[in-house]
Amino acid sequence: MVFAACLVPFLLLLWPFWKLVTTGDAPELGANPVEYITHYTGTWTIRFLLITLCVTPLRKILNQPKLVRYRRMLGLFAFFYVCLHFMTWFILDKSFSLSDMWADVLKRRFITMGMLGFAMLLPLAITSTAGWVRRLGFVKWQRLHRLIYFAALAGVIHYYWLVKSDVRLPLMYGAILAVLMLYRFFMWKQSPVKRAAPRAAATTPNTASLPD
Amino acid sequence: MLIKKPADLRYSDITPKQMYVNRRRFLTGSLAFGALAGAARGGMKLSDAKKTSYNVGDEKITPLEAITHYNNFYEFGTDKADPAENAKNFRTSPWTLKVEGAVAKPMTFDQDSLLKIAPLEERIYRHRCVEAWSIVVPWTGFPLAALLSQVQPTSKAKFVAFETYYDPKQMPRARWAGIEFPYVEGLRLDEAMHPLTLLAVGLYGETLPNQDGAPIRLVVPWKYGFKSAKSLVKIRLVEKMPPTTWNLSAPNEYGFYSNVNPKVDHPRWSQAKERRLGELFKRDTLMFNGYSEVASLYAGMDLRKNF
Repeated sequence: MVFAACLVPFLLLLWPFWKLVTTGDAPELGANPVEYITHYTGTWTIRFLLITLCVTPLRKILNQPKLVRYRRMLGLFAFFYVCLHFMTWFILDKSFSLSDMWADVLKRRFITMGMLGFAMLLPLAITSTAGWVRRLGFVKWQRLHRLIYFAALAGVIHYYWLVKSDVRLPLMYGAILAVLMLYRFFMWKQSPVKRAAPRAAATTPNTASLPD
Repeated sequence: MLIKKPADLRYSDITPKQMYVNRRRFLTGSLAFGALAGAARGGMKLSDAKKTSYNVGDEKITPLEAITHYNNFYEFGTDKADPAENAKNFRTSPWTLKVEGAVAKPMTFDQDSLLKIAPLEERIYRHRCVEAWSIVVPWTGFPLAALLSQVQPTSKAKFVAFETYYDPKQMPRARWAGIEFPYVEGLRLDEAMHPLTLLAVGLYGETLPNQDGAPIRLVVPWKYGFKSAKSLVKIRLVEKMPPTTWNLSAPNEYGFYSNVNPKVDHPRWSQAKERRLGELFKRDTLMFNGYSEVASLYAGMDLRKNF
């Protein structure tokens, strides 16, 4: 069910895109369909990154440990949308030209930042399987996956640097990210105290190490 | 409770285009008698505009739908679709355009006289936005030079400053735009006098839609679109280079000249190519947007410095 919901933004794009390719006309995508698709897939990437980062706070606040099983799927959807975003740019903006692409990556800071975010998500998508958690060991795996914080930050900065003067939307996503990160910061500040008790009890299973 | 099944609409049910076009002609025709009241909303026929040879070869004219629903008019919101929605009820009647400053004969024009400043012409121009998209627009208007010759600039006049309409009540979205209003622009006097520089009062043979800068706007086809200020209320001849809105907002990104130049990139993106609305892949951007006849205006100038 959650899977289907995550797919909705993609499906909503698919039909107008099909019309655009076959008939050259898709009023749903506005006068500049390529720009529309680029912004749409980019926006959904940031949204999915933030939704993924909501899982741990929600899980703890609502005391619903089971929520964690959606986290990988949500993260992979963020990766799915960033791939669409990247392909739209690479194919329709850069016309498959690797040299044009690299020139832009090196020269334009908002594209540098976007590519940095994309590059950070790549290892996370690859190591998202249970096999990789085992291979890396949980502690290392968890440390690696904290990269999502920086990927989300890169996404927000990428967006902020892109807009001309109206920065409300990028600032809104930035504020949401700040709240989610502040929550983590305060939990981390508190955690030695919290963990001290179970540790003292010695026999209590270490629940604190649930992935976050 | 009886719930009526909505009747399925068939293609045959859609009003034929000819019918609603005729209805609009009838309405605007009758409104023309009512002291040009129809002009307030745009879409009034400008039938006596002279056809000209200003054209763009075999490039396609952009459909009206795109020209009227993909706009940068930050007073009405920063999203491209915002102006079409939020400028619907923009009042362009009554209107006053003042021409003043270093001139022998300052003049003031009202709504009606705007269309009679000089004989109207139709010109098909490329319009290239600094954001690397472009359109081709069939403007109706007259050369700015025709107006300037009427007011007779004095020897002190070196630049022309343009000011556009601003009313926070009618433009509540302007406060979020991130730039200062009223929007101001400027040209050097020789640029303003160039035969390509147009004051447009219409497009597609009808008065300007509100979102495209009704009732009168500047069109400078060899410069990035933001130089072509919309909904003008003041034209002032001045001695010193006037401030311009985007330059004030980000001086390293938007210069006073802002000539279309594929070799001088915007600090954040390339200007080498552009996306013509309606085309999937980008096309090359032309120097001076293809209007090479203006090159002599900038002879000896470093266009990298004077971007």
